[in-house]
Amino acid sequence: MSALTDWFASVSGFFDRITPQILALLQTSLWETLAMVGVSGAVAVLVGIPLGVALVVTHRGAMLSCPALNRSLGVVVNATRSVPFVILMVAIIPFTRWVAGTSIGTAAAIVPLSVAAIPFMARIAENAMREVDRGLITAARAMGASPLQVIFKVILPESLPGLLAGTIVTLVSLIGYSAMAGAIGGGGLGDLGIRYGYQRFLPEVMLLVVVVLIVLVQAVQSLGDWVVRRISHR
Amino acid sequence: MIHIENLSKTYDTPHGRFEALSQITLDIPRGEVFGIIGPSGAGKSTLVQCINLLEQPDSGIIRIGEQVLTGLNESALRRERRRIGMIFQHFNLLARRTVYGNVALPLEIAGVPKAEIDSRVQHLLSLVGLSHLADRYPAQISGGQKQRVGIARALANRPDVLLSDEATSALDPETTHSILALLRDINRKTGVTVVMITHQMEVVREICDRVAVLSHGKAVEVGRTLDVFSAPQHEVTRAMVSAATASDLTDSTLDVLRQSLRERDGDAPGHARRVLRLSLSGLSDTQAMMSDLARTLDLDITVVQARIEDIQGVPVGTLFMTAGGSEAALDRALPWLAQRRIAATEVAR
Repeated sequence: MSALTDWFASVSGFFDRITPQILALLQTSLWETLAMVGVSGAVAVLVGIPLGVALVVTHRGAMLSCPALNRSLGVVVNATRSVPFVILMVAIIPFTRWVAGTSIGTAAAIVPLSVAAIPFMARIAENAMREVDRGLITAARAMGASPLQVIFKVILPESLPGLLAGTIVTLVSLIGYSAMAGAIGGGGLGDLGIRYGYQRFLPEVMLLVVVVLIVLVQAVQSLGDWVVRRISHR
Repeated sequence: MIHIENLSKTYDTPHGRFEALSQITLDIPRGEVFGIIGPSGAGKSTLVQCINLLEQPDSGIIRIGEQVLTGLNESALRRERRRIGMIFQHFNLLARRTVYGNVALPLEIAGVPKAEIDSRVQHLLSLVGLSHLADRYPAQISGGQKQRVGIARALANRPDVLLSDEATSALDPETTHSILALLRDINRKTGVTVVMITHQMEVVREICDRVAVLSHGKAVEVGRTLDVFSAPQHEVTRAMVSAATASDLTDSTLDVLRQSLRERDGDAPGHARRVLRLSLSGLSDTQAMMSDLARTLDLDITVVQARIEDIQGVPVGTLFMTAGGSEAALDRALPWLAQRRIAATEVAR
């Protein structure tokens, strides 16, 4: 009986320690995370999808077959993807400083996050667009479509559900990466968790951070799945 | 309308060079429904893709109307392709566009103004009988309806030529029939020249005016459908015709026949029996021919099987009969029939 009472006491004490200050910190961190993930996610989509298109259409035997260019792009994409994010972050600090003016803080963290997310998104987009039935491309070409028309009227719209699902995967990965970026001064939820939860021994902060991250990922995934279902028409 | 001259196409495969098309020459007049038939691997699809130059031939000339397509640059070729509609075995409809959107696609590609697109699409949908399904997505309609969408889409830019690449091969017989009827109807109404690529003899039989038989990349036989069906010259054609019309006796039936021939043998010295297969086009006076044959050569004749097929509205008959008589008389039977322009072969003796 007393064990149960103790447990209740520790749990209520646990929540007592979540002060308004901590909640305010949590809110700021959440916004920082959303900013990092949002901006780098947008960059990943804007650069990664065109890169994915380039990978698809220059493939040997594809519409604008150019195996040399295709291989070069592939090498760049693979090289970027094979560097672990923690290393990439540190390795490109000079570039980050050149782009963001600093190598510390949320704005600076967006640079390595984008650099990592672009090739990730490009490969996912490439795979999604490869799924488009070749027959559709043949049909469009038989109608007299130019390569640009084939891309914008057939390949992109037909693979939109796949592209969207891929974007969700990228965003979820970015949420994870952004926590890593936080560890080296990028701010955001990861930063909060490390500094308060780990270094200051505040398990309730750690728990809060974990819960918020789980809810965030779940929300992004569910919203994404819902939209994909709406637009597929399969 | 379509002029194909000395068309050749070779592929380099890991197993060496593969000659997909070899010196194909065909002339297809305006308004005709022309069939290209052959077993799989004969080069049919390569040929049809060469007509609108989706495949670049190694040599030869393709001319549509007055315009030579071979040798045009890409952008000129794209303009010409708008005059050539194409339908496919697997329909190739965009899954994320509605029926309406699919039919509108070629018009968007050709840069037709939006208002005109709307009226053209409405008209095309009513032409193929799908006005009520305009807002459906391809996943929500049947195979036959999908092919109707494909046909409407292919006709959107008012083409001179409609290429059909195995367009009915994925459909059940009843739907095939209705799609062929639609194509025939459109051909009569609009005068569009139709090229039907198919491996189904019944498709050719139903709507093609003329047919080319393709085998190993060569056009081995070209002629009016009726002629090709009633008197196939090339062995590939013969095999296809007999498979499609079921006008040949099965092996087991032949065995039974041979057995019975053997049993009856020896009922008189020098007397023999043979089974003959006759192809008759038009309803010639078969009865008179048979009694004439029997009387002239002193044979007794029994009909084993007879059937009539409708080819392009002309009845074509296949007749199996046993002829009994002297060896000498039987030897004269085939030449006698040939003289009367009746294609006959001996299938058993």
